[in-house]
Amino acid sequence: MASNAIRDTRVVLWRELLPVFHEPWGLFFSMIQPVIFLALFGPLLGGVPTVPGEDSVWQWFVPGILVMLILFATSMTGFGLLMEMQTGSHERLMVTPMSRSAMIVGRAAKEIVPLFAQAAIIVLVMIPFGFELHPLGALGGLAILCLLGVGLGALSYALALVVHGQDWIFWTVQQTLVFPLTVLSGVFLPLESGPGWIQRAADINPITHIVEAERLLFAGTYDDSTILMGFAAALGFAIVGLWVGTSVIRRASN
Amino acid sequence: MTQPMIQTRGLSRTFKSKAGPVEAVKDLTLDVAEGELVAFLGPNGAGKSTSLRMLTTLLSPTSGEATVVGHDIRRDPTGVRQRIGYVGQGNGGGHYHRVRDELINQGRAYGQDGTYAKQNADALLEVFELTEMANRNVMTLSGGQKRRMDVALGLMHQPPLLFLDEPSTGLDPQSRANLWDHILRLRRDTGMTIVLTTHYLEEADTMAERVMVVDHGRLIADGTSEGLKEQLAGDLITITTRSETEAGLAATAAQTIEGAHDVEVEGTRVRVRVNRGPAVLPEYLRALDAQGLPAQTAEVRRPTLDDVFLALTGRSLREGAPTAESGPTAAVEVEVA
Repeated sequence: MASNAIRDTRVVLWRELLPVFHEPWGLFFSMIQPVIFLALFGPLLGGVPTVPGEDSVWQWFVPGILVMLILFATSMTGFGLLMEMQTGSHERLMVTPMSRSAMIVGRAAKEIVPLFAQAAIIVLVMIPFGFELHPLGALGGLAILCLLGVGLGALSYALALVVHGQDWIFWTVQQTLVFPLTVLSGVFLPLESGPGWIQRAADINPITHIVEAERLLFAGTYDDSTILMGFAAALGFAIVGLWVGTSVIRRASN
Repeated sequence: MTQPMIQTRGLSRTFKSKAGPVEAVKDLTLDVAEGELVAFLGPNGAGKSTSLRMLTTLLSPTSGEATVVGHDIRRDPTGVRQRIGYVGQGNGGGHYHRVRDELINQGRAYGQDGTYAKQNADALLEVFELTEMANRNVMTLSGGQKRRMDVALGLMHQPPLLFLDEPSTGLDPQSRANLWDHILRLRRDTGMTIVLTTHYLEEADTMAERVMVVDHGRLIADGTSEGLKEQLAGDLITITTRSETEAGLAATAAQTIEGAHDVEVEGTRVRVRVNRGPAVLPEYLRALDAQGLPAQTAEVRRPTLDDVFLALTGRSLREGAPTAESGPTAAVEVEVA
């Protein structure tokens, strides 16, 4: 059963990736996009007094940007589904014996895979500007992001099903949720200087803990309980996401 | 005989809607044997697609039971899915995918290894005359090509039972004929059982060996097209007379024909349904002559399935005839087609 689910996940992931491979230009732009973002936003941070960056502002900024990328990318997982629900290919796949959770994880993985390439590019580009790479920490950081990505991807998949493929509702809900989650996680700016309510909101936001864990891991710090907190938050996302996703699929046939 | 391909007992489905519960399918009980070609015929909203969606595990029944290729649709949906092919109302291929890729993906979804799936895909592309389109994006195909691809997708795992939901809706007559050529040839070659839904009378009439007429969620007739026509409709004799008075008298005379029913007068026109129309008409004309009511024109029309539907429901199928359908999944909760 479990081996079938892994096999099915690969089938779904491969199916999702094929159109990407066939359009190298799209791939190219999705790869350089984060670099452009960093190049434009990073320099502005140098002047912000509360940004911790004795050595390099990038060391602080880059891990957060990876979290942002995974948030934006995997919360769009349902987007691919919207169109397929409108045409009939979703229905066709639902009649195959493939594992339902594999259908979710495979689609989420399609959004996660490019992140590895993007992360590698960002890191390589930033090293000359003072970014220090700690490979073990970086791998640990990416592992946490994978968990978060599966969870968010599953929630996004569920959202597409719940709105019956109506794309405008999907977009409205997705944007409304992802934007505050991102800003209130301290990805762009440190929140310590913000008003009290912002800080309290950030404390409740599970993404905050993940961002903090990523910053520690990418800085080569491993013995900090914050990392455990971040890991737990990401794991929580994965568990809740998959549970919600599979229940929504089951409910869709009721 | 072996176990039936499909066996349903009291299968029902009720949807909740704002106006209250809607019984899309009521108490469907039927058996389909191996090798049959069966059509569900009925107007839009009759419950054809809902029945199919239950039999293909896309929708849970509200009550009742069904086994499909020997597997219970509730207890073993995966067992059912492995053994059926399904061509839904929408197009199955992903728009941004290439035709051949999607066929291979489909084979992989059923557990085939890559090499086997590729051979299989190439063979089906050949059969469905899509080889030239193999590396094109699905969205660039014509309507007829997309539909042939849909059927090819449904056959990638060589299922013993194939469901086709409105396979030819929206196709031009030529593409429709072409699609049917392919389906019928496949059936000859494989002996596969085929269950389809249609609201095209001619399609049910000429293609299906067994027609199940559904209306308002109920199966109201089940038999061969010829059998249904003979049993339920009869031949239609139409004559015209010199005057309305004579038409009235001719109608009275028509009542005396053995087995005559549904006598109607409209101006100088008289219609009557009879069995063995070609034999009855000369007798009727002689009887009219004898009464001094010479017919001005006379014709016999063999019944159509529309006449069957009319006899069963008092409505014509043509009235609600082909209209644009809603999307396949966008309206799952209210779709009762």
